[in-house]
Amino acid sequence: MKTRCLTFKWLAAIVFSALLTLSAWVTWDNWGRFFLTTAAASLPTETLQNSQALARGEYLAHIGGCIACHTAKGGEPLAGGRRIETPFGAVFSSNLTSSKALGLGQWTASDFHNALHWGRSRDGRLLLPVFPYNHTSVFTAADVQAIFSWLQTVKPVEQAQPEHRIAWPLGTQPVLAVWRSMFFTPTPFKSNHNESEEWNRGAYLVQSAGHCAACHGQRNALGSFPAVDDLSGGFLSPQMWGAPSLIDTTQTTIATSKLNDTANLLRIGQSSSAHASGPMAEFVQHSGQHLTPADALAIATYLNTQVQSVKTKNATPTSLQASSSTSGQAIYKNHCASCHGEKGEGKTNAYPALAGNPAVVLAQPENLIQMALYGGYGPSTTERPRPYGMPPYLFTLTNQQIADVLNHIRSQWGNQAQAVNPIQVDRVRAAAY
Amino acid sequence: MKKSFSIWLASLLALAPIASFASDMAERIKPCEACHGNQGRAGPDGYYPRLAGKPAGYLYNQMQNFSQGRRHYTMMRRMMEPLSPPYQREMADYFASLQVPYLPPTVKSTPPSSTQMARGKQLALQGDPALKIPACSTCHGDNLMGNTANVPSLLGMPSAYLGAQLSAWSLGDRATVAPDCMSEIAKHLTADDAAAVTSWLAAQEVPHKSSANKPKRLVTHVRCGSAPELHGAMQ
Repeated sequence: MKTRCLTFKWLAAIVFSALLTLSAWVTWDNWGRFFLTTAAASLPTETLQNSQALARGEYLAHIGGCIACHTAKGGEPLAGGRRIETPFGAVFSSNLTSSKALGLGQWTASDFHNALHWGRSRDGRLLLPVFPYNHTSVFTAADVQAIFSWLQTVKPVEQAQPEHRIAWPLGTQPVLAVWRSMFFTPTPFKSNHNESEEWNRGAYLVQSAGHCAACHGQRNALGSFPAVDDLSGGFLSPQMWGAPSLIDTTQTTIATSKLNDTANLLRIGQSSSAHASGPMAEFVQHSGQHLTPADALAIATYLNTQVQSVKTKNATPTSLQASSSTSGQAIYKNHCASCHGEKGEGKTNAYPALAGNPAVVLAQPENLIQMALYGGYGPSTTERPRPYGMPPYLFTLTNQQIADVLNHIRSQWGNQAQAVNPIQVDRVRAAAY
Repeated sequence: MKKSFSIWLASLLALAPIASFASDMAERIKPCEACHGNQGRAGPDGYYPRLAGKPAGYLYNQMQNFSQGRRHYTMMRRMMEPLSPPYQREMADYFASLQVPYLPPTVKSTPPSSTQMARGKQLALQGDPALKIPACSTCHGDNLMGNTANVPSLLGMPSAYLGAQLSAWSLGDRATVAPDCMSEIAKHLTADDAAAVTSWLAAQEVPHKSSANKPKRLVTHVRCGSAPELHGAMQ
């Protein structure tokens, strides 16, 4: 009896001290370095005034999506308040204008550097990782300073950030601290001297401003940050849109496309074989179309070298293969063929081909279901200001009919993919996008 | 003569997409027709409103309202968000230019009572000053067909659609740039009055000459941010 009691006491003591050590480590990991001021000494502290730096800052704010995310629909630019759906609840972006009370008006360049590099606010609060600070930590100090300097020129808007709607205790500081210790380390850009200047510029843009991995990288159930160069594919679950792998040849044509074609998809929203839709269209509309042609080409150059021959995830032998049906064939003939062609060949510069289109045969059919339900237009961009669009079938076709027609196009003209079922269609109908 | 010319013009517009697909607006607005009917003449299910012949300014304002979160409807938001304002303007101009026949007025399975119709007519043409409700005709024109100062016609619309808009305005689900006159008016309407006026409006024949009128300048307390031309004082 006595020994048992003693063992228990020892056990409790060990657990207690382990927890104490862990929390001390988490606290140190998240806040500790801010007690030491030596590291910050080399950081630029002043706001730049020269027009070249300001232009660079504005450019990065555009292509990095700062403006897109920190502007509410119909609201003042950069005043924040845009609602962003996450698997853990809705989050509202902050005010980045020069407002002293509610924006960045009282921030210094080094406060801003801390936010982008360490994901930490001016008052020491840890920022929610909806702000992709793994990617902003890739930025060079000069670029961070340029962005900050430009933001300080944005006219102040007195608009407070709305309260986030995240289930307690998920957004609290202790939970964020633990999460960050598990998933976040700043990763400043390391250039690869074996590659060209152009390749390195592309890599830098993909990993920093482009934050491609935020959607195209894999997260775990805790919403971990993917590595900044992870392009192996991801899924936006509240929105029900997939971000295909950019390295798997069964999901992307980047390896076989001309570099200019990939660059066009990013800048114009359309290449000879692909059209941007859903969240990718948002990227093109708000960020991609502001890329300089040279930078878009640099990104294409980098992406092109990332593609590997990955074992195909599509078509595992056990999964049910899509096959055509009388219903699917008839729906295709009545609703789809006039634009996408009898043989799924599409119409150049207007409607994408369905035959041989990797987006049509993705193992996850959600993007295809989104298109069939909601149709819609591609983004208006400077070089494609008046895109053609697709009618919605949300109201005219049932879940079964949508599945039928998608199974038809997933099994014709050489296309081969897993079968779509009506339950998957129903889930997309219920999504928040 | 003039009439035959417009028929000729309309048939030319109708034939255009067959002749050449390449770049005309008829091809570009195909997605709209799924809900708003052929050439935007109105939806087949008695809900989606007519677009053809509406004032271009009104249509453009609505497209902007959907893109900018002042009017809420997932389908319309998703359609409009990717499009630039100049392209939206071009689509609005295109629909405004279409002169296509109206569908017959909607007939309700249980026809509205004569008292309801009388109240509806009164609200539409005289308003109810005691309840601070101006007559619809004050802004929407004597024949209720709207005007070129961004004010839409009220005839040729299904009562379900009209009712849903009044309700959305009173609840703040539909809004426009401030001052939001329709929101103010809708808040003063009781549910019964809203049902009466929408039933009466939906039962009216569309006048033969259906294009939008030139606006009249108004001297009322109503101020509309979406239709500033209506009010001399606002200029």
